[in-house]
Order: sequence, then C-alpha cells, then structure tokens
Amino acid sequence: MELTLWTYEGPPHVGAMRIASSMKDIHYVLHAPQGDTYADLLFTMIERRGQRPPVTYTTFQARDLGGDTAELVKKNIKEAVERFKPKTLLVGESCTAELIQDQPGALAKGMGFDMPIVNLELPAYSKKENWGASETFYQLTRTLLKEKVSYSEKISPLRWKEFGRRPKVNILGPSLLGFRCRDDVIEIQRILSEQGIDTNVVAPLGASPDDIERLIDAEINICLYPEIAEASCEWLKRNFGMEYTNTIPIGIKNTIEFINEVHKKLDLPLTNKKELENKSKLPWYSKSVDSNYLTGKRVFIFGDGTHAIAAAKIAKEELGFEVVGLGTYSREMARQVRATAKELNVEALITNNYLEVEDAMKKASPELVLGTQMERHSAKRLGIPCSVISTPMHVQDVPARYSPQMGWEGANVIFDDWVHPLMMGLEEHLIDMFKHDFEFVDGHQSHLGHTATNTKDILNSDEKKENNPKTGIIWTESGRAELTKVPFFVRGKVKTNTEKYAILRGIPEISDETLYDAKAYFS
Amino acid sequence: MSKVEFNKETGPREVFCGLTSIVWLHRRMPDAFFLVVGSRTCAHLIQSAAGVMIFAEPRFGTAILEEKDLAGLADAHEELDRVVNDLIARRPEIKTLFLVGSCPSEVIKLDLATVAEKLNKRFLGQVRFVNYSGSGIETTFTQGEDGALKALIPLMDSSDEEKLLLVGTLANNVEDRFKKIFRNLGISNIESFPPRQSIELPKIGKNTKVLLTQPYLSDTVRDLKHRGCEIISAPFPLGIEGSTEWFLAAAKAFKISEFKVHEIISPLINRAKLALESHKEILKGKRLFLLPESQLEISLARFLHNECEMVLVEVGTPYLNKDLMKEEINLLPDNTKIVEGQHVEKQLDRVRESNPDLVVCGMGLANPLEAEGISTKWSIEMVFSPIHGIDQAADLAGLFSKPLKRNQILTTKTLVTH
Repeated sequence: MELTLWTYEGPPHVGAMRIASSMKDIHYVLHAPQGDTYADLLFTMIERRGQRPPVTYTTFQARDLGGDTAELVKKNIKEAVERFKPKTLLVGESCTAELIQDQPGALAKGMGFDMPIVNLELPAYSKKENWGASETFYQLTRTLLKEKVSYSEKISPLRWKEFGRRPKVNILGPSLLGFRCRDDVIEIQRILSEQGIDTNVVAPLGASPDDIERLIDAEINICLYPEIAEASCEWLKRNFGMEYTNTIPIGIKNTIEFINEVHKKLDLPLTNKKELENKSKLPWYSKSVDSNYLTGKRVFIFGDGTHAIAAAKIAKEELGFEVVGLGTYSREMARQVRATAKELNVEALITNNYLEVEDAMKKASPELVLGTQMERHSAKRLGIPCSVISTPMHVQDVPARYSPQMGWEGANVIFDDWVHPLMMGLEEHLIDMFKHDFEFVDGHQSHLGHTATNTKDILNSDEKKENNPKTGIIWTESGRAELTKVPFFVRGKVKTNTEKYAILRGIPEISDETLYDAKAYFS
Repeated sequence: MSKVEFNKETGPREVFCGLTSIVWLHRRMPDAFFLVVGSRTCAHLIQSAAGVMIFAEPRFGTAILEEKDLAGLADAHEELDRVVNDLIARRPEIKTLFLVGSCPSEVIKLDLATVAEKLNKRFLGQVRFVNYSGSGIETTFTQGEDGALKALIPLMDSSDEEKLLLVGTLANNVEDRFKKIFRNLGISNIESFPPRQSIELPKIGKNTKVLLTQPYLSDTVRDLKHRGCEIISAPFPLGIEGSTEWFLAAAKAFKISEFKVHEIISPLINRAKLALESHKEILKGKRLFLLPESQLEISLARFLHNECEMVLVEVGTPYLNKDLMKEEINLLPDNTKIVEGQHVEKQLDRVRESNPDLVVCGMGLANPLEAEGISTKWSIEMVFSPIHGIDQAADLAGLFSKPLKRNQILTTKTLVTH
C-alpha cells in the first residue's frame, strides 16, 4: 500500500484511453464503475476536446455484482459496436473490474464480430498510465499487423532507392495528453520534408486502424516519444526489420543529431549541414550579450524521462545554466535519467512523491525550475520562477498558438519559455546598479511580479530569523547590512553558506568580513 | 403531488462517484483528513476533479492498493495500519480521519469498520477514525457526503435541548447569513452539520429539529430519525421560493408565525427579485435539459422554471428519493419529465433531438456539447459555489444566464459577416 497525495500518472487504462482518443475509427469498451468516467474530462477539459473520448464504460454497480456482470459487458459491447461502428474494438477493464475477472476481451471475441478486437490486459495494481498507453499502442499495432509478418520481407531502410521515390518514415508516439505533441508533429514533418523525406503515417495521433496497417509501407520509424512508442518500434523492428531512431529532437544539438541519424539510417546524403545551424534563433540568442547573465543560473529539472533528459542537456550545453537537480517520475526511464545526472554531477531523483520533489527543490535553491504542473505549484510556493516542460499538465499547457518543443521552432519556444520567467540581463544589471537609490522601489523585479517573494518580506523574515538559536550564531549589524545587499534570489543560499562557514571556523559573530570570507571559501 | 412524469433509465452512466465529495468536505472541516483506500484511479479521480486546488499539501490522500495487498487481506490490514501511522506522524494536527472505502476496497471486502475500531482504540484521545464508502458501485457524486455524515452520527452525543440543526454542507458565508436570519426569527439555538471543526459535533435528540440544506442526504436523514430527531419537511433553500418555503417550514416547527417570517424576509425577497430581473430576461422562455449528477437537479429545475421562467425539457437525476423530494416535486409544473438513472448515449440522443438552449451536465460532456452548438453549464459548480438562500438567488441564476449571455456576445460579434 502506498500513501499518495497526488500522482504524476493516472492508472494504465487512462493510457489506453489516450491511444483510443488520439485515433479515428476506434472504440474502447471499458469494464469499469461509474466513477471512472471522470477520465473523460482529462480530454474534454485539459485538451479542450470538442469530442467525447470514444469510450463506453459498463458502469456496473454493487447490485450487478451478485448477478451476471458478464452479460452487462456483452450488452455494452453490442450497443457500442452498433452505435459507433468502429473499425477496431479495444476491450479492457479498469482496476475494479480486474478484480471480478469477467475477462471482457475474451467475451468480446466470442461475440462473432468481424472487426479486429484488441484484448487489453493492463494490470492496474502494478502499472501506470504511460505503460498503459505504450502497451495499448503495441497491442493494437501487433493485432493489426501480425498476419502480415509471415509473408513480409524484412524492410530495408534503403529500399526507397529501388522504388525510385523519396524515402518514407512513420512518426510514432504522439498522443493526446502528451506534452505539445500536436505541434511537435508539425515541426518534425516540416524538418523531414525539407530533407526530402515523406511522412507515411503519424500514429497514434490522428491515425485510423487502416493507417496502422500501412505502417510497413515506410522504410523506418521515428520513435518520437519512447514512453509511448518504443515497444511498438521494437516489435516492428523484430518482425519487419524496420529500423527506428533513438534521438529525441529537442534542442539544437539533438535536432541536428536526429537529422543525422535519419540520414544515416536511410543512407541519404545530408547536403545542407551548414544551413541547419542557422535554422533556430536559440544559438544566437544564447550567444548574444544580453544572455551573459544566464551563465551558471541554477536550474532544477523534474518531469517525464524524455523531457527531463532533453531539458538537462539544453540547460547545460545550449543555455549555459548549471543543473542543480534532475529527476523523473518515469521509473521506466530511471536508468537513462541516472546516466544523464551522473554526467552532470548531480544525483538523480526517481520518485512519484511530489513532496520529495519539493524538498529536493528547496535544498537545491535553484533560480529556475523546469517541471510539471505540480512543480509549478511547488515553485510558486517557494517563490521561484518555473516553466512547464512535461506532463502531467494543466489546461494552460495546451496553448492556442503553435508552440512545439521539438525541432528549430521548439528550440525558439524553449528559449522564450525558460528565459522570460527570469529577469532580463540588462534589466538585472540596472536593478543591481540602482537598487540603493532612494527612488528604487523594493519588489521592482519586473517579470518576477507573480512570484510570492517581495524583497521587503525576505528582509523582514531574515531579520527575525537571523540569529540562529540552534547554532547560537549572531549576525552583527555590518553582517546584516551586507546580507541585504545580496540579490534576493541568492540571499537564502548566501546566508546558509555563511553560517556553515562560521560554524566550521568557530566564529560566533558574523560581520561583513565573515560574509566575504565565506564567499571566498565557497567559490 | 403535481402530475409529474417519472421515468427510469438504465445503461452506461457518465457521473462522478461519491469520492468526489471529499473535495468540498475536506474544506468544510479543516481538522479532518480523508484517506481513500483504493487504487491509482481513485487518487487520479480526486485530483482531476479538484483541478488545481492543491496549493498546499492536501488533506486528502489515497492508500493505493498494490498487488501484494490483494493477495492477502490480513496483510492489507497491516499495510493500512502502517500508512495511517505514517500519516498521523506527518500530520499531527488531524483530529478526525475518515477511512473512505472505494470500488476496489468494497469488492475485495476490506473491512474498514474493523480497522477504524482498532485504530480508535490505539489513538484514543488523539485522533478519531470513522469509515464510510464513497465507492462508485454504491454512490454517485454527492452521495459521498451522505455517507460521511451518516458515519459521524454515532459520534454525536445526545441532548434533549431544543435546537435547529442545519444538515448538509454550506458555504461558510451562506451559513452565517442563515443563522442571522433564524436568530432574527427568534430561533437562537442553531447548529450545523457538518460543523466547521470535525470535533465540534452537535448534540442531537428528540428536540432536535432537522432542516436539510441539501437534497442528497437520504441515509443521514434516516439515522437522524433513529436518534429521535424531527425532520422538517420543506423544499430546499435554492432560489427565493424554495428559501421562503424553507424558512416558513422551520418557523412552523418552532411555532413562529408566518407573519413574523414575512416581516423579516420580505425586504430580502424584494431585493432578490430586483437582482434576479436581469438574469430572468436572458433565461425566460429558454429550454433547459438537466443531465443527472448532483441530485440538485430537481430543485434547480423548480427554481429555473418558477422564478426564471425557463422551459423544462428533461430533468435527469442519478437517484430519486420521492419522500425527501416530495415538497420539491409539488412545486414543479405539470408534465415535468423526470428521468432517474441514465443511459448516457440515449440521453444525448434526446438532447440533440430536443435541441435545448442550455444543458446542465458534467465536465466530460460540456465541451463536446458546446462543439455541437449547445450551451452548457457544468453541474460541479453548483456544489462549489455559494448558491443557497434568498440573497444568493441572483448568483444562482447567474450561473445559468452566463453561458447564454456569452454565447450571444460571441455569436453577434464573430459570426456577422458581410
């Protein structure tokens, strides 16, 4: 039993709903009690979908349990098939139905329909949403393509040359309730198309069962979101020999690396390498003098595996930040996140508990948080600017405007979204210069207006807490005065470090000089 | 009883389960914690229904059952013990801990009553444990509150003191207004259930006169009757008419003259009527379809028809207690079509066929209906907003006039082309 106050991922059948709702001509009969219908609002409210998810819930009640719930399942399947006429039917159960073992998938298969039926067994007491989405997409792909395995030749990534046409690829993994998938797909298609590569199928987002059957018309698969698509890509590789890409094109370096990888796999010469470096404004914006102040900004990162890893690399290599924390709630990606964390010399945080994440955030005293909607709440409480980089998300993370995370435009979006919550360079410089003028209004922190901390509050609360009763350390007037001159967002850190230093050296009173001694000691 | 048309429907439903009521119950009683014993689905449901309301560490949580808990119930009990210990260590300020049963815990027959009993002994004088079921196989949405209140009744001491007991969660400001009006009427001993602090439970007995503020409390009412309480029969205090009848019924039970009631509330009524006018202008003649969810549907239909002149196409309700709703049903216009239960697909067919001006429905259905050109109002807002009483009548009407008004603004400004 695990005490959970808030969960990053839903149950696995919500993952299945993400696949069903992303696609066309699919219907999902879910053996589940009435309360489980809440999941519809994830799609209609967060994604603002104008259609109901294609899901029929059997909504069995306690009084049905004594009778024949299997009949109820069959009745619902029959009605759903007649009403929605799906080309493929998904059948599964949620946590409660799993306990009563009606085996709805087997029931459906015995009903004499001629459409393909996918029996989804998603263990609700051990697995979670992303796994459920991945498993559903895999089972669906397998069901629709397994008959073609035996007579299909291994697909060579080079066969486009024989066919005398442009190479074709599938883009796999984008789904509803994924982070910015809608726009990433457009961006990636645009990039591929510029390179003379056609998109065969995008799935699951917008695909029909017919499209899934056409997957093998492409040469290779682009595994855009491994959390959702890796299992399917792996199956297609094993059974049809289709190669798939490993690089996630988030950030400039990874986008270029991604284009290289695709070209290499297809044996397509890359002719515009130089041009690629100027496709996004991120490199120049990052290099321009105003961005000098970004150097060494402390950033704390938490999210799904793919987005957290990509964010860490961009933060360090493309924006010159210092990554002071990196973690994920995706246990499936723990190994990769740990490896990235090791490269960055931080310890990876692998947890489902948002309070642990908040604690780690507090300890790392970052100047910017990149996280999920929950880290946005935590960062707000701590008065730290935050940008959302990963699911789970809120309605405001589904913007009306085009705002991908991937590719060239994605890099532009990332630059703006991460840097705007911070103070702008010149502005920060000026505030620093003029902050002792009497005209200067405390709390004049431009973009940080929304964060809770007002400089005055910090000073006041600092004054109250300054003399640390636990350690017996006393702050002298000069020490206190010097501390107020430290920019508010690092003041907490400076204070802790100075006290640490004082204890270390057995200094009972902290003066302005102690502050500078500590600064020198820790730098 | 007016000639109301009763129908029953079964089939797939699109409603919340009783766990959802934790979202408002935990706010009403800030010294209580609600621990759902359930699955990840339960945890995900509550946080999705609560939206972004988690600005601090929430006072509700889920003990998520894992595979090993399903293997042996003895272990599950032990595990739950451990979780409760951790929780109390973390939140020592908690005075009452509700162990809330869910669909999976009911199906595996986890005996939360026994667990609560044991924990009560161990934490005697520190934390009280009560249990109830908010499972979707037994309860719909607001019925969760019914279960929680019913679970508290055995903890309420007896007293033969005469008092008025308001039963059902109210917004604090509305509760204060009501108490002030009752005091002006001459009723001085007034208490609320649930109280604002879970440990300040009212005493009850044969001179307790219960006045319901919410229509979904069937089980609570039955147990209060068993404890000797008198239940005042009245419509519910939604809108001017309902609230007036509600005050009159209470006054009658306390032998206060009708004249006195009118004297106190007529200024409020006049003021409320004035405030209602602008909303009525928008709502008048508009056709209303209520999908089942909160059990407030019948009272809302009565208000929107009688006071706002809306036309009732269909009034859905997840569950109908004809006895408790007697006074409300009497006030409905003849031939009102009430549908208890749901077949969501067939009901949506009827929505499309009848093409109403406004549909009251859950959040899962609102945007899809809007996309089809049908204006909607989410029913969940009724349980989060202060809508009770004469003073709130215009605000209540406003919840329904707003989507229509918005629709008008958007239609005239964006669709007029040359």
